[in-house]
Amino acid sequence: MTTESDTLVHPLAKYMRTDRLPWIYCPGCSIGIVTGMVARAIENLGIDFNKVVIVSGIGCTGRVSGYFKTGTFHTTHGRPIAFAEGVKIANPELEVIVVSGDGDIAAIGGNHLIHACRRNIDITVVCLNNFNYGMTGGQFGPTTEHERYTQTSPRPIGNIEWPFNLVKLAASSGATFVARWTAVQVRRATKSIEKAIAKRGFSFVEIVGACPTSYGRSNRLGDGVEMHRHLLKVADIQNGLPPHEAELEYDSRIVCGEFVDIDKPEYTEVLKKAQEKARSEAR
Amino acid sequence: MPERVMFTMGDVACAEGALSAGCRYFGGYPITPATEIAEWMAIRMPQVGGAYVQYEDEIASITSVIGASWAGTKAMTATSGPGVSLMMEAIGLAVMTETPLVLVNIMRGGPSTGQPTRGQQGDVMQAKWGSHGDYQIIALTPASVQEMFDQTVRAFNLAEQYRVPVFVLADETVGHMREKLVIPDEKDLEIVDRKRPTVPPEEYLPFKPDEDLVPPMATFGSGYQFYATGLTHDWRGYPSDKDDVQMELITRLNEKILRNVDKIVEMERFQLDDADVAIIAYGTPSRSAKRAIREARRQGLKAGLLRLKTIWPFPERAIMDLASEVRHIVVAEQNMGQLYHMVRASAGTTPVHMMRKPVGTPQLPQEILQKIREVVTQ
Ligand SMILES: Cc1ncc(C[n+]2csc(CCOP(=O)(O)OP(=O)(O)O)c2C)c(N)n1
Ligand code: SF4
Ligand SMILES: [Mg+2]
Repeated sequence: MTTESDTLVHPLAKYMRTDRLPWIYCPGCSIGIVTGMVARAIENLGIDFNKVVIVSGIGCTGRVSGYFKTGTFHTTHGRPIAFAEGVKIANPELEVIVVSGDGDIAAIGGNHLIHACRRNIDITVVCLNNFNYGMTGGQFGPTTEHERYTQTSPRPIGNIEWPFNLVKLAASSGATFVARWTAVQVRRATKSIEKAIAKRGFSFVEIVGACPTSYGRSNRLGDGVEMHRHLLKVADIQNGLPPHEAELEYDSRIVCGEFVDIDKPEYTEVLKKAQEKARSEAR
Repeated sequence: MPERVMFTMGDVACAEGALSAGCRYFGGYPITPATEIAEWMAIRMPQVGGAYVQYEDEIASITSVIGASWAGTKAMTATSGPGVSLMMEAIGLAVMTETPLVLVNIMRGGPSTGQPTRGQQGDVMQAKWGSHGDYQIIALTPASVQEMFDQTVRAFNLAEQYRVPVFVLADETVGHMREKLVIPDEKDLEIVDRKRPTVPPEEYLPFKPDEDLVPPMATFGSGYQFYATGLTHDWRGYPSDKDDVQMELITRLNEKILRNVDKIVEMERFQLDDADVAIIAYGTPSRSAKRAIREARRQGLKAGLLRLKTIWPFPERAIMDLASEVRHIVVAEQNMGQLYHMVRASAGTTPVHMMRKPVGTPQLPQEILQKIREVVTQ
């Protein structure tokens, strides 16, 4: 006999630790949407979920790994990419996906990001850029725009620093797949995450999202719905644009699309060849 | 592989010990005086189908080692003081997630950049207390090239058995000295592997301990799902801010080591049976101490040595027993006196004398002999 609750189970619930719901996120936050994108990408690819490893650092976005029902790990702040590299090199059969925030990936973990790009190791990084450190209450970070207000760049002056453009950073560091979407472009973003996972090389997908509780409130950007409406309005789809032209200006234009999709020798494959060579010479 | 004999340096013996123990992942960043471990691994790892990975810093190195361990591979890093300082946060993560790994610290002069090419033993307290919070690790202190091999094998075995980071703390002199090394036939080596879950995946609780307080460890891709986090977590691995969950977890992480001190601790008793004066030393100073004791005996002074091969967990019981056997204890360390304080806390009313030497040259035999003479005439 099927009960009402059986028939109402979400099709992606099989990937989630439903016993941990409701999750910790605020109403109107983009993190739930991004979690859904990653789950759907895995579903669409039809890969063995047992072979998927999801890793996060620390932050609101850093909690994503804990909701997935596979091998998951919550590292220290900024280190999910380094952890993921160890996993992938030790067992290249695994599909390793990092989901974390802009602060985690580009501030404290920025060095690991650029070097993993350079190594071209086959992992996928999904970075939710909400322009601030959500978890610690909304301080400015490496993607906060100039003169924006946060808890540590207060009125009347705002942020005296300038932001990274994560697409340009990943592309110039050597990533073989680079895309950016906003949290409202769910279908397109999911497709890019699928391509990123399937890619044999380092992939970076930035999802521009909303943190209504901190960044939204500090800058009077409205509630979650309003912020997501705005993202839809300013998203400018420019697939194939050279990455150095992928501008991001929150108020007026967020260039979205896939900007890099190239082939280069992948780290674990090169390592495998090195092992074969070393073994034959040692014999 | 059958038995092999080499004339080589401590750092190389350490790398060979790791390979013999089954280590197939090395993540590191070059630093004097541990570079020879990395360089040897860069040659040897590919030959055995393993990975030598050179990271952008020590933080990435050790974090990747934690990742490799959870992917089911025995993994290590090797560094020196400045690198260990950078690794401290991740050591806490490894403790909290009960990750088996080996961290080799070839100790040089500190603080800061200090004296890169000169040995010291200034990091022994850091190894125990460096990361925040209350926790236990295991630390071994080899004193010869052969022991660099043997203790590195043992470090992996202990890491796997107790699911804890294990330090090999060797001073630079031990890392760089050259001696004979015998690498035993692999079938003569005792190798320990972590416990794997035996229950079906649906029933697996990743942090539910067995009777020995150590939970069986699933690895990525094994069909078992788990969430491991540096946050305080319950048996399911789920984060919790409850007092009872924190209490149970922290108690267990400490107790799984402290309850087994007698099994973990190893030491060498040298001419102690009738001794009036006991030297306590580890690493290079213990070699000077042996020479000094032989000479002291020739001069009719009853001296002996307790050489610590394990310093963490601290062998309190052994020190208490020793204190009841001898009239004086001298602690000779190549630092300002670190384990000295641990010894004093365990020695009751027996006088404990500090022999500090925070420089590259260890206590020389004649200096130790002089100290023995000084304390017996007190
Ligand atoms: C070593 C260390 N420094 C600082 C913190 C405090 N901290 C926790 S989360 C965070 C920022 C997270 O920002 P982001 O990665 O953008 O994630 P979000 O919360 O915005 O999703 C900081 C600074 C920490 N946990 N560890
Ligand atoms: S603080 Fe911001 S990022 Fe964190 S859950 Fe709330 S809305 Fe999302
Ligand atoms: Mg953020």
